[in-house]
Amino acid sequence: MNTTIMLFLVQDGITNGAIYALLGLALVLVFAVTRVILIPQGEFVTYGALTYASLAAGQMPGTAKLALALGIGAFAFDLFVARKALHGRLVVRSFITNIVLPSIVLAMTVYFAAQKPPVAICIALSLVIVAMIGLYLYRIAFQPLAHTSVLVLLIASVGVHLALQGLGLLFFGAEGQRGPAVLSGAFTAGALRFTGQSITVYAITVAFIVGLWLFFGLTLYGKALRATAVNRLGARLAGIRTTLSGQIAFLLASVIGALSGIMIVPITTLYYDSGFLIGLKGFVAAIIGGLVSYPLTAVAALVVGIVEAFSSFYASNYKEVIVFMLLIPVLLLRSLAAPAVEEEKD
Amino acid sequence: MSALLSVTDAHVAYGKVEAVRSVSLEVGTNEIVTIVGANGAGKTTLLSAIMGILPLKGRVVFAGQDLARLDIEDRVAMGLGLVPEHRELFVTMNVEDNLELGAFRIERSKARASMERVYTLFPRLKERRKQLAGTLSGGEQQMLAMGRALMGEPKLLMLDEPSLGLAPIIVADIFRIVAELRAAGVSVLLVEQNAQAALKIADQAYVMELGEFVLSGKASDIAANERVAASYLGFQHEGESVI
Repeated sequence: MNTTIMLFLVQDGITNGAIYALLGLALVLVFAVTRVILIPQGEFVTYGALTYASLAAGQMPGTAKLALALGIGAFAFDLFVARKALHGRLVVRSFITNIVLPSIVLAMTVYFAAQKPPVAICIALSLVIVAMIGLYLYRIAFQPLAHTSVLVLLIASVGVHLALQGLGLLFFGAEGQRGPAVLSGAFTAGALRFTGQSITVYAITVAFIVGLWLFFGLTLYGKALRATAVNRLGARLAGIRTTLSGQIAFLLASVIGALSGIMIVPITTLYYDSGFLIGLKGFVAAIIGGLVSYPLTAVAALVVGIVEAFSSFYASNYKEVIVFMLLIPVLLLRSLAAPAVEEEKD
Repeated sequence: MSALLSVTDAHVAYGKVEAVRSVSLEVGTNEIVTIVGANGAGKTTLLSAIMGILPLKGRVVFAGQDLARLDIEDRVAMGLGLVPEHRELFVTMNVEDNLELGAFRIERSKARASMERVYTLFPRLKERRKQLAGTLSGGEQQMLAMGRALMGEPKLLMLDEPSLGLAPIIVADIFRIVAELRAAGVSVLLVEQNAQAALKIADQAYVMELGEFVLSGKASDIAANERVAASYLGFQHEGESVI
């Protein structure tokens, strides 16, 4: 093989790896804070991507309606839980976040979808829609189970994944879609050609990682999230609500998922079920990072991307197999190095 | 005068086993109340249940409000603080972050002042403020746990075995600070195996055995009680006549 091909493959691998890194970080974050293994992360990717592509094509995405439906569900849950101690402020706050907000977004989506809005508006709307879906899903599917075991949460997670995938087929149909590039144009450096889209991917990934780092290191809410991950009981004794941490974690994860989708969909055609496999690759990286280490996850994600690029060149039929085989030595090593410890306190 | 904390006829069970049976206690404003008793008497269980970590049957009223429907975070917001036996620190975060998070529900401007107060109380913590909590010594971790709870500006601080596993000189330091807290207007409910030290600083005391209170009264009276002296203090009081 010559150097040019190798460079191409590495470049391709890094672009994909950057996306896997974002997804892997979101998985680690959600697991650390809520103990949920977020299988539906992939659906956030597809929902973000296809909502964006639909809007850009001037079609009305069904996800906006789903957000409102889930919001109504979340509102009902809030009312039910607080039924014995209902007070006005709580009801108003829940009504605004769960019903008024998605209604406004739905109205905006209907309005803009009719007139092929500019890219920036498509992106903003898609992010907000998927973020709301993530937030309400946490309220409906995971918050009531917060005290249960990792296994129960995993089963709920699989259920949510299957439901969202089915709804995805309903909303977007079986055909794949592509969206417009966020940044068009390209330049060449030596043998390599950098498209505006791949530059966008690098820039957004780096910006997000730096942003997360600052959020966790400097802000009170970021620290509260870390505290919940380190010691749930300690955090509660400090007055930090686990539900608040869970909401922030799901919000971040759904935004990261949707953003990844929006970055991929101009490069690859995405189908309603493509997200699962993309999410799984982020998951491979997260597992290599032991579901705890952010830097290790990011590095592992780049490795996953590069291995995928090379295996699709040499043995494209086996590319998924080869990527997932990366897990086997890691799991073996981990099982030998440390006895299984599962925190099941409080 | 109504008490700051009053617990009436409390029962706490792990499944079918009742660890705490029909316990009633009161803590007044500006008071140190101690519960002494052997390992396994149910002291930690009782504190956890008052904090809302374990379900409690009975009535708990704090600052005039029934706590039955409130969860841990609500109780913290009301001014009830617990320093648990295992301290439950954020071990991968530094001392300052631990303290800052203790004031999660407090206004930022007030939190600054609280941190200065905690540093005055525990100068050691100020020296180590950039050190990870997990790398501190046992005594320093205890100080940090108390400091973090104080950052939330509690009206009542519940301390679970603060002296456990610490060197005597540090234990003396911790008890000195507990006494200072009362002077600063914080009531303290202190659970201790080290009955001697606890009874010395406390105003009121309860003796717990097998999930029940067997004795209660002024701490000085309890300390003078022969049965307590024999079982928990490990010595006979001089000048006490054996009746």
